[in-house]
Amino acid sequence: MVNVDKLEFGIETFGDIVANEDGSLQSAAESIRQIIHEGEIADKYGIDVIGVGEHHRPDYSVSSPETVLAAIASVTKNIKLATAVTVLSSDDPVRVYERFATLDGLSNGRAQVMLGRGSFTESFPLFGYELTDYDDLFNEKLGLYDELRKEKAVTWSGKFRASLTDQEVYPKTEHGELETYIGIGGSPESIIRAVRFGYKVIIAIIGGQADRFKPYIELYHEAAKQLNKPEFPIAVHSHGFIADDKDAAIEVAFKNIKENFDRIGLTRGWAPMSREQFDSETKVGSFYVGDPETVAQRMARTINLLDLGRFDLVYGAGNQTAAQRERMIELYATKVIPRVKEILTEKEAAK
Amino acid sequence: MTIKKVGIIGAGKVGIVLADLALRAGYEVRISGSGSVGKIALIIKTLVPGAIASENSDVVANSDIILLAIPLSRYKNIDPALLRGKLVIDAMNYWWETDGIREEVLAPGLTSSEQVQAYFKDSALVKAFNHMGYHNLQEEAQPAGSPKRKALFVTGDDRTAVAEVAHFVDTMGFDQIVHYDLADGIMTEPGSPLFGASLKYDDLKDIIDHFDQTEFGKKIAASEK
Repeated sequence: MVNVDKLEFGIETFGDIVANEDGSLQSAAESIRQIIHEGEIADKYGIDVIGVGEHHRPDYSVSSPETVLAAIASVTKNIKLATAVTVLSSDDPVRVYERFATLDGLSNGRAQVMLGRGSFTESFPLFGYELTDYDDLFNEKLGLYDELRKEKAVTWSGKFRASLTDQEVYPKTEHGELETYIGIGGSPESIIRAVRFGYKVIIAIIGGQADRFKPYIELYHEAAKQLNKPEFPIAVHSHGFIADDKDAAIEVAFKNIKENFDRIGLTRGWAPMSREQFDSETKVGSFYVGDPETVAQRMARTINLLDLGRFDLVYGAGNQTAAQRERMIELYATKVIPRVKEILTEKEAAK
Repeated sequence: MTIKKVGIIGAGKVGIVLADLALRAGYEVRISGSGSVGKIALIIKTLVPGAIASENSDVVANSDIILLAIPLSRYKNIDPALLRGKLVIDAMNYWWETDGIREEVLAPGLTSSEQVQAYFKDSALVKAFNHMGYHNLQEEAQPAGSPKRKALFVTGDDRTAVAEVAHFVDTMGFDQIVHYDLADGIMTEPGSPLFGASLKYDDLKDIIDHFDQTEFGKKIAASEK
């Protein structure tokens, strides 16, 4: 049963390049500064968490999300500061711990680690890793991160990194543990792995109907019971766009999400998104697009269906203007979130 | 041959969806992962209840048709003798994220399915289920005659095998465009306008029939000269 009072709502950005009103593109530097401003807006309106992605390609401005989050920390009070996600496979777990522990210190305990394998692969050659080690890298580094997260001296050895002997890593956090999620794309093995480590899970639903994930969430809970591990409410991350007018929202989203997906698809040999695909994604699939009421209804349905504890909406895909991005955050916070809670409260009362 | 028992090698996203479709179509389904049965037992029980979690040898021995749904870079982990004399569907694609550098997985100048067939030389290999996204496969299976039904491309060198697979695809919920040349599998490889597309029969046929006029088709033709 959904606990409406404890339900969390987040926004996430991959650091897409912001467009000017005349259609020209801002610089990466300007786009980064825009995110800081958006973090401020999100905090002002009481959004629970902002997530910033890590990418190493020209269409995204952020390769070092903790630095961006640190700047957001300095202008906000309550909002949690997450990565979405930290590509652990090509990172050094010691550095990951250090950066987040630092962020946690300067934000008064608001840092949130989201670890993933990432759906992009640029970071592998960039940092000298082999893609063929994709799985082994993540497993090994997650193992080390898990040791470091205990904030005690670590003795560890592995294949991809120098070993550690009775090594303390600093700074220690004030609460003794960094809040950590594992971001997964829906492979059943990833769910079992997250359970085994006892971490919270955020599922990226970026294609198809949410209904498809119901058995996967069952799998998470079943595995937790079987392995005697903690169970947390599941979080979901999906793309969306909200505007005052439904049709306008759909057109802006179609142009931008399509551009974004097609550009990524190009490097993978994936056919361009058709209007039919987009429409199906917005009507019954994984895109939450429209006016506040439409988006609220669809989000409430998903949260109820999958019994979620948190929903993160990805904003700013493609090249949207600052005004579009900021208005979306405002509508999400002031119209959509309260309406989702209202719908779910009615649903729970009816049960 | 009447197909009653379906074997799926690969218990990842695609393998699970294929198992689900096969169960819904009324087949007896066996599925294996890369490790022990214990590693996938809970996954199978929860995601595709009714499918039998097993190991490769048992899956192959007890199935009338085998679907390969593992990362392309790992097909050589399977002993070709295991699949000798079997009807095999190749649902695999070269996929950079999981397979790494293409040249390390595939020889240049040959389609991926031709290389898989050359390796499993005593099996009848048919390429199918490789070009539609797995969530589309799962959500869009429809009974024959449904106006919403989508189509899949089916191709292979062995005519009997292709006909059997075409019928199998029909029972799984999709129309079929059939070719009898495994090399035509190029038409649905990554980079093709059909890769990741979810199309009805007429639209799929139209692109297949005029493949040489697509950007991808032109590129392939140019590289063959």
